[in-house]
Amino acid sequence: MITDTAPQSSPAPDDDFLGGDTGKLGDRVFHGLSLGAAALILATLAAVATFLFKEGLPTFTGDKSELDNTESFVSYVGPLVFGTIYISALALLIATPIAIAVALYISHYSPKKLSHTLGYFIDILAAIPSVVYGIWGIGVLAPILSRSLYPWLDDHAGFLPFFGSDVNVSTSGRTMLTVAIVLAVMILPIITAISREVFLQTPRLHEEASLALGATRWEVIRQAVLPYGRSGVISGAMLGLGRALGETMAVAIILSPADGYFWNVITNSNSNTIAANIALQFPESSGLEVNRLIATGLVLFIITFGVNAIARKIANAGFSGADG
Amino acid sequence: MNRSARLITPHLINPHQSTQTPTIQNGEAHMTDSLRDTATPTAQSAAVDLNAPVDLPNRIDVTDLNIFYGDFQAVEGVSMTINPRSITALIGPSGCGKSTFLRSLNRMHEVIHGAYVQGSVVINGHDLYGPGVDPVAVRRKIGMVFQRPNPFPTMSIADNVLAGKRLNSRRMSKPDAAELVEKSLRGANLWNEVKDRLDKPGSSLSGGQQQRLCIARAIAVSPDVLLMDEPCSALDPISTLAIEELMLDLKRSYNIVIVTHNMQQAARVSDRTGFFNIKGTGKPGKLIEMDATEKIFSNPGEQETQDYITGRFG
Repeated sequence: MITDTAPQSSPAPDDDFLGGDTGKLGDRVFHGLSLGAAALILATLAAVATFLFKEGLPTFTGDKSELDNTESFVSYVGPLVFGTIYISALALLIATPIAIAVALYISHYSPKKLSHTLGYFIDILAAIPSVVYGIWGIGVLAPILSRSLYPWLDDHAGFLPFFGSDVNVSTSGRTMLTVAIVLAVMILPIITAISREVFLQTPRLHEEASLALGATRWEVIRQAVLPYGRSGVISGAMLGLGRALGETMAVAIILSPADGYFWNVITNSNSNTIAANIALQFPESSGLEVNRLIATGLVLFIITFGVNAIARKIANAGFSGADG
Repeated sequence: MNRSARLITPHLINPHQSTQTPTIQNGEAHMTDSLRDTATPTAQSAAVDLNAPVDLPNRIDVTDLNIFYGDFQAVEGVSMTINPRSITALIGPSGCGKSTFLRSLNRMHEVIHGAYVQGSVVINGHDLYGPGVDPVAVRRKIGMVFQRPNPFPTMSIADNVLAGKRLNSRRMSKPDAAELVEKSLRGANLWNEVKDRLDKPGSSLSGGQQQRLCIARAIAVSPDVLLMDEPCSALDPISTLAIEELMLDLKRSYNIVIVTHNMQQAARVSDRTGFFNIKGTGKPGKLIEMDATEKIFSNPGEQETQDYITGRFG
């Protein structure tokens, strides 16, 4: 008997060997879904922008007699833009140093267990609804500040235009400074979270370089950690600023607004913000007044858009030079 | 006298690097000539016993050093004398504790949580682990160069060199700073390559230049000892050669300790070599033997060392 050692029969060419469509369907479906999600975002953005433009436009073309005051749009929105940027900048000025300090404590000083707990509580700050912040601001913070901090500032720092003593200090505490402090608390979590992440990402090599030169812990932070994290902190601050610019409820509840440009942050005369102004005026508006409010919304949209664009630019520019 | 003779030791010659060997021999011959003028005891003649403790400043005496990370003992019972104005190489397989030991010489291993040591490391009469000794002060006296070049990416070349000095004395006049930058960069053989772009970021340099920048940064604070943790392992052969020549230059002023995986490098540059080994994973690393480099690579006292340097390890 002869044993055939050759293959029994040459196998039929396997169509799936290289050209099969295994998994292709899943690929296509997922591609379609993710493309759809991305397109949805763009579509929403475009829809909002179109709405703002379309509804805001009559402000400039419509019959001015429908308005209760016939001032130009620029003189109407000017104080609001000023108030929005002024209060938000103030909030940012208060929040950023605290956020950096907290982030550094979590990333470089605290024991591991404590840093987790602390990070958790800071994230909870971000989950508190802004209306709760508003109520807390007017019910708790404003009275305390108007009794303690504001008279002190008026007495001791009155030479500064921000606390000038030619006008009376607010007794209710419903001032721009109170709002700025509340906004600072609200934007603290996001700035802290982003700063903490970039500080933790500081390459060990850079920290060791610094340590080996005989740097103390603070010097390591100054020499290696902060320069590395600078762009991250700035973009975190910009995101916080974006949130502060658009905050409505807390401002509307706390602030006692007036029409005009006011530098003094502790009086009863306060520039309002765009968002709070819309919230307060909308229920009582009709006709062209509504269009005017929407036009101010468009201005806020552009400001926020600009802030985000700047944040993105800084974040991208910063990391390219700092490779691990 | 001619130390390059030991390069001919057969097992040390790697065919891949044979083209480089003559250059190094020239470099060494040149270095040996220049060393003759400086009357360095260790280099004066082969008759001098390299193992004898030299009575000069900056000698390091390590006595029965045990290094722990929490419950894990990384290094056990190391005693050695590291002579100044010489290069001491530490070789051994990965994980044998040689890097940990090197780091314990300027307390850098303490950056890992739970690290501590038993035993003593004495330099100029001071125990680095004595009570009240500040690790920050130790590191200002004992500089370190790392495996991967790590210039500060956001600082200019000049600022990188001055980084350590700025920690010590905040204010430095401009001419003083410029002088220190030039002196340190010249000391690191980098001046001619970067003198026209001192204000450019340190990360714009090549890997080898970055490593020399790190050496310039380390010597700018005039340390007593220079520790190098595999300083050439991330560099190409040409840059490696430049660093090796620099080390031979620097040993006239500094006590240099280098950890290396490259046995040819240890053979080329060092005066004495210590071999570390480990019995198995989780066991502490030990110093198996330490001797004149020539002896370690030609006729080591221990079979383990012989196995390792001839590649019969593991």
